[in-house]
Amino acid sequence: MSVALTTPPPTTAPAAVAVTDERRVTQRSVVVAEWIKFRSVRSNVIALASAGVVLVLFGTLFSSLAGSGEALPPNATAGTDSLSMSFGGMNLSQLVLGVLGAVFVAGEYTTGMIRTMFAAVAGRVSILRGKAVVLGVSSWIVMTIASVAVFFAGQAVYAGDGATYALTDPGVLRAVLGGGVYGAGIVLMGLALGFVLRSTAAAIGTLVATLMIAPGLVGLLPDSVSESIGKYLPSNAGQAFLAVERSDTLLSSSAGFAVFAAWAIGLMAAAVIVLRRRDA
Amino acid sequence: MIHVEHLTKTYGSTRAVDDLSFAVRPGIVTGFLGPNGAGKSTTMRMILGLDRPTSGRATVNGKVLADHPAPLTQIGSLLEAKAIHPKRSARNHLRALAATTGIGARRVDEVLEIVGLAEVADRVAGGFSLGMGQRLGIASALLGDPETVMLDEPVNGLDPEGILWIRNLLKDLAAEGRTVLVSSHLMSEMALTAEQFVIIGRGRLIVDVSAAQLAAMSSGERVFVRTPSGPLLRQVLAADGVEVTNSSDVADGYEVTGLDSDSIGRRAAEAGLVLFELTPTTDTLESTFMELTQDSVQYHATSATHSNRPATTPTNTTGKAA
Repeated sequence: MSVALTTPPPTTAPAAVAVTDERRVTQRSVVVAEWIKFRSVRSNVIALASAGVVLVLFGTLFSSLAGSGEALPPNATAGTDSLSMSFGGMNLSQLVLGVLGAVFVAGEYTTGMIRTMFAAVAGRVSILRGKAVVLGVSSWIVMTIASVAVFFAGQAVYAGDGATYALTDPGVLRAVLGGGVYGAGIVLMGLALGFVLRSTAAAIGTLVATLMIAPGLVGLLPDSVSESIGKYLPSNAGQAFLAVERSDTLLSSSAGFAVFAAWAIGLMAAAVIVLRRRDA
Repeated sequence: MIHVEHLTKTYGSTRAVDDLSFAVRPGIVTGFLGPNGAGKSTTMRMILGLDRPTSGRATVNGKVLADHPAPLTQIGSLLEAKAIHPKRSARNHLRALAATTGIGARRVDEVLEIVGLAEVADRVAGGFSLGMGQRLGIASALLGDPETVMLDEPVNGLDPEGILWIRNLLKDLAAEGRTVLVSSHLMSEMALTAEQFVIIGRGRLIVDVSAAQLAAMSSGERVFVRTPSGPLLRQVLAADGVEVTNSSDVADGYEVTGLDSDSIGRRAAEAGLVLFELTPTTDTLESTFMELTQDSVQYHATSATHSNRPATTPTNTTGKAA
């Protein structure tokens, strides 16, 4: 165990412990507590790692499959350009991340741990911020690394004629770095849903419905309606800034980013409101 | 110190806690008693700031808990057993909780030692028995070395050895000058530990009394008599202050109050009355508790508007011997 991290050397007198401990609740101490909680349950760490691994493996696989068939034009519409092949694993990655966020919160409601936390940290919103920092930053780092990795892996195996991108090409770096931002955003949405719904099943169900099922359902509506609504769904808004090329069915990359951010911020705001108003 | 001042909590039209006021003093164990659903847990949740009072307030060491910069050092609490991720080890659970308040790993090891979980500290909590879960909950209550300790039904699920351990722990904490509030729906358990009793029913205070005061509220000594000739018994014992009632359990049994067993035996012999059994019984705190809470339920069911009953008056202690 990493005793050395927090314990002074054993040469100090035992009585000094109470004095050296700075015993008060701060935002920093809450982040530390949430970080200990996150890393001390193996499934959290596995889920986060697998979100990155899935992105790289599936992206490489899709790129190699697409590359081995008819070559795609480099300037194809979004969803068919070579970077979109690389991000082919995002559908599964986002699910893993969203569930991770939802379970990290709703699981504590199930066990009662969240009430222990509320009694220890009276400012409930600082617990939400602590969880958001821990999950948001760690998933942003993992997904950024995975996105860069899958970009190079995808471009390396993609065999289409002249279809490869360089990071310096317009929009490419933005799209690649967007992978990390998208992952972090999804994890925050899952987290917020966990606070709002307080039930693992309800939070995961809502998340899956929003990310995976809603785009399909909207597609069933008349074209005029589905085209105007569909692009505002969080997954499609994300797609807009994960793609290099502009598509008619999607928002522009900056508008897509704004809409996606609005989803994350809106859900977090809802979580803050219920945290302040509801009994725990 | 815990001060509960005119605390009220309503859920829809239900008053879970109704204008409840009491203080919990340091240095003794205070038992917080009431039948299931009396509002004990709701009151404790309001003390911890988990539930917002509809009106009134609860303070810990002079302030609403949220106004303390480090709540864990003010009040340690156990509300739910096994409120822990089943895949997290006991040590990591406590480390995370301690970290919220900047409490170091050494204190975590200390409390693990105190509750006797040091050897299983690195095992995941999912495999813990209910009793081990309770011990872990108590460990987290002690983390901040708090002046006030509040435990909700801590003996639930504990084996006899664990119950004894809790009893001694509570007394030790009180002896160290801490404020100790322990809830239970079992008087028999609290009678052995608590020196002060806060008894509530239907969200209202019934009594806030010391153990001695509670004992004085009992119906006093009773004698159980079994005889084939009940009418003769009534005739022989008839006197002021003596009451003979049919036992509800035994067909030829009678409860006599107002006369001790020696006198009953002597008078029966003089009258040639045959006795099968003559047993003096004393009311336990438990039966007093049952009587008090039973009474409160009936009282409130019939007149819910009468709210300002004096806290320390016994409500209806029947047949007290002169």
